[in-house]
Amino acid sequence: MLKEAVEEKKKLVQGLRGKPWPMKKKLVTLRESQEFVEKYEGALGKGKGRKLYAYKVMMSKKWMKFQRDFENFKTACIPWEMKIKEIESHFGSSVASYFIFLRWMYGINMILFCLTFGLVMVPEALMGRPYGTIPRKTVPRAEAPSAMDFAVLWDFGGYAQYSVLFYGYYNNQRAIGWLKFRMPLSYFLVGVGTVAYSYMVVIRTMARNANESGVGDDNSFNFSWKIFTSWDYLIGNPETADNKFASITTSFKEAILEEQESRKDDNIHLTRFLRVLANFLVLCCLAGSGYLIYFVVRRSQKFALEGLETHTWWERNEVNMVMSLLGMFCPMLFDVISALENYHPRVALQWQLGRIFALFLGNLYTFIIALMDEINLKREEEKIIKFNITTWEASLYNATGSENSTAPPVTFHPADVPRGPCWETMVGQEFVRLIISDTMTTYITLLIGDFLRAVLVRFLNYCWCWDLEAGMGAFYAPCLPALNVLRLHVSMYLQCWAVMCCNVPQERVFKASGSNNFYMAMLLVILFLSTLPAIYTIVTIPPSFDCGPFSGKKRMFDVIQETLESDFPAWFSKVFSYASNPGLVLPFILLMVLAIYYLQSTSKSYKEANVDLKKKLQTQNEENKRKNKLAALKAQTDLEEARAATQTAERQKNINASLQRQHAEEEEDLGSSQRKNGRPPPSVRHQDGRPPATRAPVPRTLHPDTHRSLGYLPGGGFPQQREPRMHRVPSLQRH
Amino acid sequence: MRGNDLKQAWQRMYTMIGKEENPFRDRIVETFSEDGLGNLSFNDFVDMFSALCETSPRELKTIYAFKIYDFNRDSFICKEDLRKTLNKLTKGDLTPEEVTLVCDKSIEEADLDGDSKLSFSDFENMISKAPDFLSNFHVRI
Repeated sequence: MLKEAVEEKKKLVQGLRGKPWPMKKKLVTLRESQEFVEKYEGALGKGKGRKLYAYKVMMSKKWMKFQRDFENFKTACIPWEMKIKEIESHFGSSVASYFIFLRWMYGINMILFCLTFGLVMVPEALMGRPYGTIPRKTVPRAEAPSAMDFAVLWDFGGYAQYSVLFYGYYNNQRAIGWLKFRMPLSYFLVGVGTVAYSYMVVIRTMARNANESGVGDDNSFNFSWKIFTSWDYLIGNPETADNKFASITTSFKEAILEEQESRKDDNIHLTRFLRVLANFLVLCCLAGSGYLIYFVVRRSQKFALEGLETHTWWERNEVNMVMSLLGMFCPMLFDVISALENYHPRVALQWQLGRIFALFLGNLYTFIIALMDEINLKREEEKIIKFNITTWEASLYNATGSENSTAPPVTFHPADVPRGPCWETMVGQEFVRLIISDTMTTYITLLIGDFLRAVLVRFLNYCWCWDLEAGMGAFYAPCLPALNVLRLHVSMYLQCWAVMCCNVPQERVFKASGSNNFYMAMLLVILFLSTLPAIYTIVTIPPSFDCGPFSGKKRMFDVIQETLESDFPAWFSKVFSYASNPGLVLPFILLMVLAIYYLQSTSKSYKEANVDLKKKLQTQNEENKRKNKLAALKAQTDLEEARAATQTAERQKNINASLQRQHAEEEEDLGSSQRKNGRPPPSVRHQDGRPPATRAPVPRTLHPDTHRSLGYLPGGGFPQQREPRMHRVPSLQRH
Repeated sequence: MRGNDLKQAWQRMYTMIGKEENPFRDRIVETFSEDGLGNLSFNDFVDMFSALCETSPRELKTIYAFKIYDFNRDSFICKEDLRKTLNKLTKGDLTPEEVTLVCDKSIEEADLDGDSKLSFSDFENMISKAPDFLSNFHVRI
């Protein structure tokens, strides 16, 4: 009994926060409950168990306190929490949601960075052969004088190129250091792992969003939601508030218009034509930008052949600048074109984002196609160089002059060895340069005041195009995740500063970010498309013969095969070879396809069941409404009847009362006249003997000796009359 | 805290927490003040922030939202309350016919027991499905 009471008090204390009581009441209740619990809790343990019980209670209290402190600590650790909250309180939750999204991306990139840094860059730096020991790790003699120049380093040549930052530095030794760290295997697996991790994170977020938002019933309470939930209580900035008022008004007007269906129907053809025209213009834009990029890449290849020093800075960095500028101006163009289309703002935003995405994808793919040409060129070069190397080595042997079996170790400086062209490093370098120039243009436009409004629109876009580029290039340049992390870090501060100090409230209030599956789906598609080129190159192109961890192999994924053969016990590779048998793999794929089909159809049937239930609920609600209306009507009619009945009863009573008064007066006259005669009025004694409460209905006929008794009848009749009234009232209350 | 210095203190606090722009600030103060006249004691003040802060539970926010939007404090949100809310939200930009239309539509959507005004259970039912309610209905100090 006591234990239950204590438990109840504890529950009360825990649930106190959610109760809508005024503070004073809450505080008083809290104090009372706490005193109660303290007083009786100790008494629960008896005898020997008491100490143990008290100890347990104390430990659980300490544990709760520790948990609370830990929660506080964790919250304090979240990076940029204060900044984001400040922005939120000025500009509302939509702008803040963009920054929350940025922070989420930062978290993911941080993890990717830790993976590549910890498992690829650090082992090679610590345990691999140091700089200068083997040819691939040394700056060639020809480039050595300029290797330290800032211009060269900024371009990621020179010492930057021959370092752990790029693919080419890595040695293909199977196991390095005393830990026997499998470097090539690790490189390959980390590459695959980063992609897999990114996919997993995006899909997990999508699943979580789908769970939370339910089936997404957008329309059942449209107006009510607009009235009660559209004001953002966080907005404190007058300009933002004005904008918010304006956007609320606009959204109401739109909803009203849709409700009234006053859209003119005869313009439907014009609208369709305009939309087709707009799409055509957009396609022209995309094609134009693709061609421009291709042209510029070709030109830069020509420049490279002629020697880079003869050209101006612009001509050297033409490709990157053009791509960045296109990325800046084309979205604005799309914005203008979309004015033709006359869509609902949310739909228009999705079209806009889709087009921007297509723009960036198109640009990057064109860039890659142009790069492929260069890769092929380099591979041709490789063959020539291989031939050159053999002749060079032969000449070296001849030069030293020593002969036959015991040839002395040919000592030559690694810097002198003719180097094969390393297309992977080149690819990595190109992507890194692209990302850097993109970043620079973003920051510079942020700092220049005029473009702020456009910049705010482009916030979203840039986030994704970074991911695209990083995704594509990360395999060939392990430094890319690191670069991304750095970039996001700086962006966070820079954009926070820009938003706060330039105080530009956004006109379009869109909710960016992870809470919406549309954006997540786009991110997924971007991921997929950005890893596609990398996968293609891994699978089809043989690695360069003298640079990188896979040199010497026919294909990069041969490293897996090699590991299986040498590092795992024999039976494992046998099992694996059975498992990779097409006869087994194909049925497995078939099974997965069937499973997907099954899951898809069950989810469809669940959705339909959901919709059915909703409809049922709605009809039930309407039924209830109807029933309640009927009941209310019935209750009303009952009330009226009862009222009418009491009115008639009152009237009756009044009539009886007046009649009785009349007869009482007559009695008086009679009595007084009888007294005059000397006879005591017999009726008085008669009446006293008669029982006062007669339940008989009021007689209309009046007897002479019951005149006085009539006086009682209204009194006696009263309870009778009151009863029907009381009888009625409970029925009203029941309704 | 009474009268004039309250007003001054409130002005300063409003600017601090950015509630100057809130069209419902008077209603918020009235709802949380115990004597119903707009005078807040310290306890009421703490009450207000604890109900409107980020970590307060949804049910509590629903209760207080209902109280805030119920202008005439009759425990029902009737058409008049809706009209006042709408006018505060749009700063009078909508025509009277539009206002009437929106109020009618809203009552039609949310009213379940057919009394053409929103009781607390109607309101709760409607708000529980709203996606933006929690994120929009909180203040930060």
